[in-house]
This record gives sequence, structure tokens and C-alpha cells, in this order.
Amino acid sequence: MEPVIAIAIGVLTGSGVWLVLRPRTFQVIVGLSLISYAVNLFIFSMGRLRVGAPTFTGSAGGANALADPVPQALVLTAIVISFAMTALLLVVTIASRGLTGSDHVDGREDGL
Amino acid sequence: MSWTQHLILAPILLPMVVAGLMLVIDGRSGRTTAALGVFSTFALLFIAIVLLVQASAGGAQSAVQVYQIGNWPSRLGIVLALDRLSAMMLALTALLATAAMVFSLARWHKAGSFFHPLFQVLLVGLNGAFLTGDLFNLFVFFEIMLAASYGLALHGSGHARVKAGLHYIAVNLVASSAFLIGVSLIYGATGSLNMADIASRIGDLDAHGAMLFRVGAAVLGVAFLVKAAIWPLGFWLPTTYAAAGPPVAAMFAIMTKVGVYAILRLGLLFSPDGQSNVLAASGLLLTGGVITIIYGMLGMLASQAMARLAGFSVLVSSGTLLAVMGAGNANVFSATLYYLVSSTLAIAAFFMLIELAERGRARADDVLAVTLEAYGIVYDEDSEDSREAGAAVPAILAILGIAFMACALLLSGLPPLSGFIAKFAMLDALLDQARNGPAPGSAWAAWLLVATLVVSGLATLIAMMRAGIRTFWPSFEREAPRVSMIELGPVLVLLALCVGLTIQAGPAMRFVRHTTEQLAERKLYMDAVLKKPVVAPQASAAEASASPAGVPGAQAPVTPPPKPPPPKKEASR
Repeated sequence: MEPVIAIAIGVLTGSGVWLVLRPRTFQVIVGLSLISYAVNLFIFSMGRLRVGAPTFTGSAGGANALADPVPQALVLTAIVISFAMTALLLVVTIASRGLTGSDHVDGREDGL
Repeated sequence: MSWTQHLILAPILLPMVVAGLMLVIDGRSGRTTAALGVFSTFALLFIAIVLLVQASAGGAQSAVQVYQIGNWPSRLGIVLALDRLSAMMLALTALLATAAMVFSLARWHKAGSFFHPLFQVLLVGLNGAFLTGDLFNLFVFFEIMLAASYGLALHGSGHARVKAGLHYIAVNLVASSAFLIGVSLIYGATGSLNMADIASRIGDLDAHGAMLFRVGAAVLGVAFLVKAAIWPLGFWLPTTYAAAGPPVAAMFAIMTKVGVYAILRLGLLFSPDGQSNVLAASGLLLTGGVITIIYGMLGMLASQAMARLAGFSVLVSSGTLLAVMGAGNANVFSATLYYLVSSTLAIAAFFMLIELAERGRARADDVLAVTLEAYGIVYDEDSEDSREAGAAVPAILAILGIAFMACALLLSGLPPLSGFIAKFAMLDALLDQARNGPAPGSAWAAWLLVATLVVSGLATLIAMMRAGIRTFWPSFEREAPRVSMIELGPVLVLLALCVGLTIQAGPAMRFVRHTTEQLAERKLYMDAVLKKPVVAPQASAAEASASPAGVPGAQAPVTPPPKPPPPKKEASR
């Protein structure tokens, strides 16, 4: 399970970073979303990966049989925040597109 | 508990409630929202001063106030902690907020929608970041602050703002991701998010955990350094700040300081015992800070527009803070804190002053306008610029000129104002370290920093003088700008505060010295947070403090405490 998660985080982050460095606003937004997914997975994995373990109740085996609930709460908060921020960035991008007539992050094409 | 113990909540609750109220009664415009905003900021100023007095009672041994939200034990719940440093930052924020709020009332708050609610939310984020004792809440408050700042940076709209805002938002979103990675790594290594708890567990980490922790701290540090705009991470700053409306830029002057605050707080808290300054350990802060100063200095010299010049002066200020923090021993810190207060006030005043001085000028000077155009700086010819407000103040150019001179003196660190005292204190401490420093490396660093500080002062002076000559002694006829009293007042008050800092330099220096002593004594903070007993239900304050039986052990099973009485509403008034 660990390698799968690790590869997933790596691929998401790598693609995200590459997209953030691209000149189009749409690519930047998708890149930021990918990075935030990677970060969410990463936070989740920091509570140690456990399959099928409950967080609070039904723990026959004591604390070791429980999944860590704190990262799950953190991820929830992080998802909400990154979601809101992406929405905000979209609005700004649309405003920029409307004002400049270009979807380049600098508001003008390279050749101009 | 008496109401003063609940007061620590007020800097977060009050603006939050007020912002909500504003939205309910339609925050877009109207006198009611403006009145609410003014009420909230002035109340915050009062609260911040009360908290400052509370936190600094008892001189060097003043206690750290801890507030457990929901009465959960510190290790489990969310805590707010108020020590001298946070109280100082709160007071500084409140001062700036009051000045910016009054300034904006003349016309800026009408330049776009939702100025007042966003302003209050920005205050929630700032105050929360200074008060929280919890790493994840630090992230949340950072995000609240940033979300509001995105809105405020775009306030007034226009091409330049939207373009700068887009870059600003993108950079900060990436930084927020780094913040989260850092926090979760630290959580993965130590199993806690409470700053004091983390600090107490660092010593017990095994080699593997310690490595994870260090990586986490480094990633977290990068996130803070983006906020503090250290050299390779701070290119977004001058453009954004120059494009933002003046009252907004004045508030932004403290936002770089939030990054500096977080580095100082966590750096000192997480440093191992017996090592006074972990920030100086790698030399990274020093190098980055020095390059930031040089970059900011060159930027100031190259700036055509005053707003950009002010943006670069923010870089010089935060570079100075970071470099000095990264070079010095704990003695230097007190001078740094004094510099932080003085430079933040001066920069905020400068941002607001620029708009007043440039009013009615930018379009009169065609030659200059061409130069500006060549450098790609486009002035917004929005309606907000053509609406003048209030009655004109007589002899305005003379007053503005004097205020500008005061700003120049403050920023470049020349006598007689507080900028000089701050720089002098820093240079004195650094030279002292250079002569009597323990390691030869630190002496070398101190000399390098001294040279950079002196040269940066000179460059600042040249840049400011050039801008001043161009603005106040133009070769063409210009009409005096129409400036109303409520715009001039805040600028003068901020500058007067700097004069006050100069005259009362003794007590102010004593305050910051006690603050650094309290910071260096990290046991004090940790004990205050971790050993704070939960309030027993139905018991009076006297009984609760008499029986500290409620202290939970680290691994002891803790039964959730019964719901405490809700914090009294009066606390937020």
C-alpha cells in the first residue's frame, strides 16, 4: 500500500509543479489543484496507513488498532480551504481574462 | 474566571462577528458598515492595549497567558497563548488597522465592494496567527488572512491589480501547500500539533523521527519565508504592494512581519535546550536576508514610481529582520523587535503618504509618464482617482513634504527618529558580537551584516531623496493636491508614534528586551501551555486554581470534560 500512495503523491506533485510553471492560467489552476490533492494524500499518510481500522470505537486491540483521526480532520480542513482558494483563483483568472483579453499569466502573449 | 481572562479571545471573535454582521446587513456600502468597521477597529485597539498591559505586567518575569478554547486540556484542544511578543504584534496590528481604516474612509472603501468585511477578516487572520498556540491553527489563520488579503489586493480592480493579484495568489497557494506539508511532517514525527507539546517532544525523538522533524521544519520554514519575502521567494511582493490600494498596502506592511513572527516564535521554541539561537545555525537566514537587503536596495534605486519604491522598502525591512535574526545571538533580537515596530509603522505611513503626495500629479508630468510607461508601469485611471474627498488642508505640500522627510529618515535609519535608534541598536549588538563573539565565523557574519545595513541605509536615502525632489520640487507648475483631514491624520499619527518611540526609546527598549528574555526562556511558554489546568465545572476560579488535579498526563486517558459555560458575551465588547 505504501508504494502505491507514495507513487501517487509523487506523480501528482510532479505533474502539479510542471503545470504551475506553465504560462496559461488554466494550466496553473489545474496544477495547483493537483498539488493540493497530493498534499491531502500526504497529510493522510502522515497518520500512518492502516486498512480497515476504525478511528474511535470498536478497538479491541487498544490504541494500535486505531487509525489516527487527527490527519483525517486536517485533510478535511485542507480540502475545504484549497477548494475555496481554487474557486477564488478562478474568479481572478476570469477577471484577468476579461481585462487583458489573454489567458497568459502575465496578461500578454510572449511575442507582444 | 474574570472577564479579563476571556479577553484574549476578543481580538479574533470581535472582527469575525463584525464581519458577519456586515455581510448580513449588506457589506457593499453604506454608513452602517463603515461605522461598524470603525467601531471594531477602535475596540480592537483598546483591547490590544489592555492585553499588552496584561502581558507585560511583571517586567521580565511576566507570565504567559493561556486560554483553552472549549476547556479541553492543552494537548488535546486548541489553545491561544498570549506572551509579550504576541501582545506586541497585536498592538502593532491594531494600530495599523486603525490608521488604515480611518484613511480608507475618505474614499478608498468605496473603490470596490466588500472592503469593510474583508478588512475585518484580515484582522481575524492576523490576530489569530499571533495568538494561536497550535501549528494547524496557525495554518488556518494564515489562510484566513491570505484569503482576505487576496480580496483586498484586488480592491479597486484595474489591470495592474488583477495581474499582480494573480501572481500573488498563485505564489501563496503554493506556499500554503508547503505549509501543510511541513505541518503534517512535524505531526508525523512528533504526534502533536500543539507548539509547546511539539517543543517538549523534540528531545525524545529517535534518529528517524528527528530527521522527519527537521525536514518538516525546513519545509515549514520555506512557507514562512515566502510570506516574509526572502530573496528568491519574494519577487511577487513589490508589484503586489505597489498595485494595492494605499490603505490595503499599509495593512500589508504587517503581513510580511507575520512570516518573520512565525519564524521567530517557532525557531526559538523548537531550538534545543542550551542553544540560544537555532536560527543562526545554518547561516541560511543570514545569507538570504543579506541578499534580500541588496535586492531591495537595488530595486529602490531603480524604481520610477514611489509605490514601487515603497514595495522594495518592505523587502529591505524584512531582509534586515531576517538577516539580523539569522546572524545574532539573543541580544540582537531585542534591537530587531524594536526595528520591526518602527519600520512597520514607517512603511505603513509611507504607503498612505505616497497616494496623497502623488494625487493630481501623475498625469501632469508627461515626461515622467513616458518613462513610467517605458518601464511597464501603468497607472489606473479609475474613477476612484478622479473623486476627491473632503475639504483641502492649507499648506498641504509643506505638511506632506515634512511627513515624507520623516519617512525617509525612518526608513534609511538616520537620526533623529526611531529608525536611527533601531539601526544603531542592531549595529551596536552586532559589533559587540563581532568583537566578543565565540566563533570566528559569527564575527565575519556580523561584519558583513554591518556593512550591508550601512550601505542599504545610504541607498534608501538616495532613492527617497530622488523621489522626494521629483515630487515636491517639480520643475513644472502643479496644483496642490486636495487632501482631507481624515486622510492626513492617520499618516501623521503613525509618524507621531515613531517620534514617540524615539522619545520613549528607553522604556520601549526595556520592553523589547524583556520580550526577548521571555522568548529565550522557552520553558516558560511550554509550562504555561502544557501545565495549564482545565477549569473545573461549576467551580469558582479560586477553587480551580487551588486544585490543579485536572492536569492530564501525556498518555493518561482523558475523559472529555463537561461543556464549560460559554464565554461571556461581554468579553468581546
